[in-house]
Amino acid sequence: MSSTLAVQPNQRTSSKRQVSTLPLVGPSVVVLLIWMIVPLVMTLWFSLQHLNLLNPDNNSFAGLSNYIALLSTPALWISIFNTLVLVGSVLVITIGLGTLLAVLFNEEFWGRSIARLLAIAPFFVMPTVSALIWKNMLMHPVNGLFAYITRSLGFGAIDWFAQYPMLSVILIVSWEWLPFALLILLTAIQSQDDEQVEAARMDGAKSLAIFRFITLPHLGRAIAVLAMIETIFFLTIFAEIFVTTSGGPGLATTNLAYFIYLRALFEFDVGGASAAGLLAVILANIVAIFLMRIVARNLDV
Amino acid sequence: MSTVTLRDIHKTYVDAEVIIGVDLDINDGEFVVFVGPSGCGKSTLLRMIAGLEEITSGDLLIDGERMNDVPPDKRGLAMVFQTYALYPHMTVAENMAFSLRLAGMPKAKRYERAKEVARILQLEPLLDRKPRALSGGQRQRVAIGRALVRNPKVFLFDEPLSNLDAALRVQMRIELASLHDSLQSTMIYVTHDQVEAMTLADKIVVLQGGVIEQVGSPLELYHHPRNLFVAGFIGSPKMNFLPVTVTAVNDFGTTVSLPGEASVTIPVKPGYVSIGDRATLGIRPEHLQIEPNHAELTGEVLVVERLGGETFLYVKIMGGDTLTIQTNGDNTSLVHDRVPIAIHGDLCHLFDQQGEAIPKARRHHLTLNESQEQEAHEQSYQPKLNY
Repeated sequence: MSSTLAVQPNQRTSSKRQVSTLPLVGPSVVVLLIWMIVPLVMTLWFSLQHLNLLNPDNNSFAGLSNYIALLSTPALWISIFNTLVLVGSVLVITIGLGTLLAVLFNEEFWGRSIARLLAIAPFFVMPTVSALIWKNMLMHPVNGLFAYITRSLGFGAIDWFAQYPMLSVILIVSWEWLPFALLILLTAIQSQDDEQVEAARMDGAKSLAIFRFITLPHLGRAIAVLAMIETIFFLTIFAEIFVTTSGGPGLATTNLAYFIYLRALFEFDVGGASAAGLLAVILANIVAIFLMRIVARNLDV
Repeated sequence: MSTVTLRDIHKTYVDAEVIIGVDLDINDGEFVVFVGPSGCGKSTLLRMIAGLEEITSGDLLIDGERMNDVPPDKRGLAMVFQTYALYPHMTVAENMAFSLRLAGMPKAKRYERAKEVARILQLEPLLDRKPRALSGGQRQRVAIGRALVRNPKVFLFDEPLSNLDAALRVQMRIELASLHDSLQSTMIYVTHDQVEAMTLADKIVVLQGGVIEQVGSPLELYHHPRNLFVAGFIGSPKMNFLPVTVTAVNDFGTTVSLPGEASVTIPVKPGYVSIGDRATLGIRPEHLQIEPNHAELTGEVLVVERLGGETFLYVKIMGGDTLTIQTNGDNTSLVHDRVPIAIHGDLCHLFDQQGEAIPKARRHHLTLNESQEQEAHEQSYQPKLNY
């Protein structure tokens, strides 16, 4: 008796609520749609045009010729390859080192809170500034700290950006993002159940086995989320390359974002740049699908 | 054969001493319960036996061998934690076989062993599940299974039932008791729940402030508590305490005067208190009776708690003290009624001014075989109590 009485008014209120929420959600949905769809459609439109800002009067419908020209340019493939190398290696370095540092910073030692603060500090330096610091103060073949050290040891100086351009960019980006990885992984490691570690100790696990069988699986979810967030940012790295190598020498450090920049603002080829931009969207989606799968599997634990 | 012996165990943290000289002998196959209020050091003591906490000074012997510096997994112990501490990313079988995996046992063999244990605990259908998909009682059983797999000399339990709901707790308590009966292995169990302590233990160790207050069988603690703390801690509701004055001492007992006119004679050994001393009389709520004919005291009922089968009356007597009385469920007393209360001297306990119990003239018939052991124990502890 009482249950039927209770159910009926409930249904009425819930249907009322559905009606009344739409006007509240509506505006933001509309704004979001305009914000996302309009630029996308415009890019799509430009990618089908012959449009060069050096000669703006001479524009005409191009069909797929922008794409065909682009896909037959070796520079595109080199920049896609560079993008993947950059994203992959920085991911490996930040997550690998970040996990080890997180385990280290989770231990008790003297001055831990200051050490934590210092380790996280690089994240607050803006990319342009940190790239400039690395370029002029650390990796510079004449004035740089690295050159000073290697010279005083008698090895001579390395011209980082000429000899190992990609490695240099990877090092700079890793330095910037390691604190972020550390921050995420440290908070994850702090949520680990002490009793689980103690149970593993009773079961005979030494510290390496505890890390392998208890800590690492516990961090799985955080690592997956971290990889996804970092990938989103690493696909569009620009400032570090612009400040240090300008994509060079040759195309050695040109990633997709920098390639589009060259197309649009060096060659003023709006059509080609838009086509490349859409290719970047497709690449990002492919990477995202893989990542989502990994994350979804990990969230299932 | 597995015995555990503690000799003058101390534990000191930077700013505080939490275990202050514990001596204890645990015999083979005994079920020992550490009980005490929170912060009494019972968990610390268990973790020191397990090897999870370092022993500041003193000796821990297992089977006669000194274990102070032996790592936890080499002590031949297994522990069940309060939160179960199951590994969330492993299945039930993997959880139970983890220690065997670390020991390098081949896969087929260790799963065979896990299955064997699962059969004992009725976990067989759950072997491939993750802990997340189990109920509280099932998780508890997996945690016990993980301990069983290792075939330990001694089982350690750290408040294993406190995360379960009341009904399940009773059921698991019975399962634990029958598990102990079938395994006959030594078990050490920490709890703050005195019902668990009374029902499971062969031997209860009451701890307070890092020292052992009393060691004995459940009934020993109930009928012959050594001091005010043990008397108040064991039994529910708590024992009633009344301040009294000694008026006569002879071989049959000691007579004390109660608030008001009445007096009561308690059959305790002479020679501990003398006439005129102040003392504390202790009597349990279940031993107080409402009796119009031989009432030593009368008082006003303040609160009535009816549990159906029994009724608790909270009665304010002359002098301002409140007594708790347990009567049957049919008691008709109402709030503000005046009730007559009978106190039988045989059922009372008497404590001297230091709070130490005065030994009874006769021991309770269910604790007779412990009397000799107890006396030897008392003598060995006498110097310690004085200092």
